[in-house]
Amino acid sequence: MSAYRIQGETGEWEVVIGLEVHAQVVSRSKLFSGASTEFGAEPNTHVSLVDAAFPGMLPVLNAECVAQAVRTGLGLKAQINLFSRFDRKNYFYADLPQGYQISQFEFPIVGKGVVEIELSDGEKRDIGITRLHLEQDAGKSIHDQDPTRSFIDLNRAGVALMEIVSEPDMRSPEEAGAYVRKLRQILRYLGTCDGNMEEGSMRADVNVSVRKAGEDYRTRCEIKNVNSVRYVVQAIEIEAQRQVEIWESGGTVDQETRLFDHIKGETRSMRSKEDAHDYRYFPDPDLLPLEIEQSWVDSLKAALPELPEEKRARLEKEYGISAYESSVLTAEQNIADFYEEVAKGADARLATNWIMGDFFAALNRTGRSIEDSPVSAKGLRELLGLISDSTINGKIAKEVLEDMVETGASASEIVERKGLKQVTDTGAIEASIQEILDANADKVAEYKGGKDKLFGFFVGQTMKAMKGKANPAMVNDLLKKLLDA
Amino acid sequence: MSYHFDLTLAQARDALKAKKLSAVELVKAHCEAVERLDGRLNSFITRTLDQAREQAAAADATLQKGEGGLLTGIPLGVKDLFATKGVRTTAASHILENFVPPYESTVTTNLLREGAIFLGKLNLDEFAMGSTNLTSAFGGVENPWKKKDSDARLVPGGSSGGSAVAVAAGLVLGATGTDTGGSIRQPSAYCGITGIKPTYGRCSRFGTIAFASSLDQAGPMARNVQDCAILLEAMAGFDPRDSTSVEKDVPHYEATLGQGIKGLRVGIPKEYRTDGLSEEIQALWDQGISWLRAAGAEIVEISLPHTKYGLPTYYIAALAEASSNLSRYDGVRFGKRVPAKSLDELYEATRGQGFGEEVKRRILLGTYVLSSGYYDAYYLRAQKVRTLIKQDFLNAYEKCDFILAPTAPSGAFAWDEKPTDPVQVYLNDIFTVPASLAGVPAMSVPAGLSHEGVPLGLQLIGRYFDEETLFRAGYVLEQAAAFHHRPTLHAGVSA
Repeated sequence: MSAYRIQGETGEWEVVIGLEVHAQVVSRSKLFSGASTEFGAEPNTHVSLVDAAFPGMLPVLNAECVAQAVRTGLGLKAQINLFSRFDRKNYFYADLPQGYQISQFEFPIVGKGVVEIELSDGEKRDIGITRLHLEQDAGKSIHDQDPTRSFIDLNRAGVALMEIVSEPDMRSPEEAGAYVRKLRQILRYLGTCDGNMEEGSMRADVNVSVRKAGEDYRTRCEIKNVNSVRYVVQAIEIEAQRQVEIWESGGTVDQETRLFDHIKGETRSMRSKEDAHDYRYFPDPDLLPLEIEQSWVDSLKAALPELPEEKRARLEKEYGISAYESSVLTAEQNIADFYEEVAKGADARLATNWIMGDFFAALNRTGRSIEDSPVSAKGLRELLGLISDSTINGKIAKEVLEDMVETGASASEIVERKGLKQVTDTGAIEASIQEILDANADKVAEYKGGKDKLFGFFVGQTMKAMKGKANPAMVNDLLKKLLDA
Repeated sequence: MSYHFDLTLAQARDALKAKKLSAVELVKAHCEAVERLDGRLNSFITRTLDQAREQAAAADATLQKGEGGLLTGIPLGVKDLFATKGVRTTAASHILENFVPPYESTVTTNLLREGAIFLGKLNLDEFAMGSTNLTSAFGGVENPWKKKDSDARLVPGGSSGGSAVAVAAGLVLGATGTDTGGSIRQPSAYCGITGIKPTYGRCSRFGTIAFASSLDQAGPMARNVQDCAILLEAMAGFDPRDSTSVEKDVPHYEATLGQGIKGLRVGIPKEYRTDGLSEEIQALWDQGISWLRAAGAEIVEISLPHTKYGLPTYYIAALAEASSNLSRYDGVRFGKRVPAKSLDELYEATRGQGFGEEVKRRILLGTYVLSSGYYDAYYLRAQKVRTLIKQDFLNAYEKCDFILAPTAPSGAFAWDEKPTDPVQVYLNDIFTVPASLAGVPAMSVPAGLSHEGVPLGLQLIGRYFDEETLFRAGYVLEQAAAFHHRPTLHAGVSA
């Protein structure tokens, strides 16, 4: 693929992108309290005294959140730090009850790792992971409920987040999009983050700078809290263009934090470096340093699920599918599971074609997801079994699948009820062919005169006469025999 | 029979168990003493006397059945830094002046479990920041002691000044204190009572309003060593809600008291003999050494070479943590809120009016030492020195079993003698902060009167989690000193 370049008046510009992704940890309770992490509850119903930072309240680390961070680190092929530490990041905000966020500044739990991304042309690239650390989420300020006052919802305050920081390794909006998608896929496979960007379970801070080929990095801007892959791509395109225009008009890009406005299609300044917070990080004296055992890390590693890359490689090998097919079929863990459940007991090629074709089409048409698929894997396998053992032919099978989607009945029930069983009785097919030949004596003569193409006409007429239920291979064979007789 | 206020906590406990005294009588007498004397002393911020009288009747019922815990029926006071469920908890600050917690601190929970009866919440320096108890938003506390031939009001020390005064004046049989840099030991010395700061991690900090988390430690303050031993056993223990509390069994401290100190080695830190040390304190210290030697202990000179860095290290570490710990008092969720037009103005107004001068000074200093560009020079350096100070103690304990030192450089002084330079006030903590920085246990025992007639204390500093040796040695010191003086203002004196 040709490199992504912005054409400026002074020549080509390269974009340099690094991402900080905040991923909410899947856990029943918060990072330092027993309050629930459930999404969508009434405001301030999942708030413990610790979360609300009442006087004398102390944080107690949730071991499951630590395990989730370690699992994620392992999934990112990263170094797991057996020693890490929680620090306080001090700043005042109404939805930050303690007046500080407990985070990991100097000693994160996970160090360097790597994520492999695949671009639309199939090219693969490694994006470096700098670190992953655990931290608390803040609450939510609600400004649109009252003309003069703001409200605070602390349900999210104290929920565990993983901040996953990449190296500035991405060079195009597409790569950044592919990175976020891939990261999301890995986290979902691991079960450490549900990856739900609409609910805010995953959001990205995007660092963007531009430079001429061969230059050192120029000043970067950080676009905060971008909450979809599409917006990540758009924000980078717009921000990079903005920076190119500034440089080319003789200006300088200021290091600052910016917001992406997808409605106006612009980024705008939130705060500049001058009024950046001095967070006064220091080790949280309420918590001991976090020391974990290698044996515990090993046991978590042993229990890790198969990750997307490994699954792809295995499916390609076991079921003889293409790289494209494996990437579609492993996009989500439950798609892969569904596929395997169907393909295991059936003709793998048939299963692949049917799932990627008619089955996905049926899901699309009904607007259902794989989780609430109208046809179970078992049901689909039964249908494919009926094709393989010649009970029905492919064309009839499409009709059966539609019926399955509509009625929820099983394939064999439908075949039985509608009498769709394939006719493999030689006599019956021969009789039907003979009738067609007799009724079309002129065409038979033409065929015999060398017009081979008419063979298809005879096949079609026969199938039509037999309501599509004839075994197509047998129709071909018998037709040939009778015509050539 | 009229109550004489001569009983120690241990004696009152025994009398209750033996049914020679009822809890109702005992509590009634103390409630009356509070009503009679505390208008002047101001050692209580909040009184819960009615509640206490009711609990006393229940305690008697329990005792009648031959049941009860270590402290059933014993009237105590609680430093107003411990959250008490349903009872206003202020930290002696305007910012929490109407705060009623819906939860109970672990330390007070433990005391209640053992049957203690709380007469109320005791005064302190605001957020435990001070060593005079004059920074309280609820007014200063008067030390019940008087200098000879003077009626001047004396400071009780701080920050646990209310606790020290309530015990010294006979208003309660014991009290909880907290010690961050000497806040139990120094007021104990100033008021002629005994107080122990246990090893960091021995008592849970859950529900205790934080000043400096890595230093704060709760402990008992009482009339003598035995009473402290009883109280600490009740207060201490591992708490899963405090990650820095330590999972170690709590010994039956009272049983160690008579064991003596024969053959134990007493370390005398040469660095504590500073040029500025008064002759009087020097003499008291030498007297203490003689008493311990006479009890069969071996005296060894030890070195704590980083002592001189103790005060600056303490004030950097403690204030850095405090600046962050006090951020939660922002007027948003609880406590005082001064209405304003914007969020920043809300913070400024609430914190500006809610905090007193000393607290603001410490928040500013703490913020400064953590600021970018100063962090390495102050906070980081202080952490390194703190490690060296810990190492000093570990090295010293190779040569000795415990350490003897003065508690404070002087006795109590008058309210109007308080230095105007805050640094001069901070110097009061010179002998107490090293043990706090190291996290080792330390106890103050009254050992004599100054030439002006006010109490002076000696300090015993022990190994990590070896409070038992402190109780043994403290008991020896107490027997030898035979400190039976009473303050001028005392519940047992008809006034």
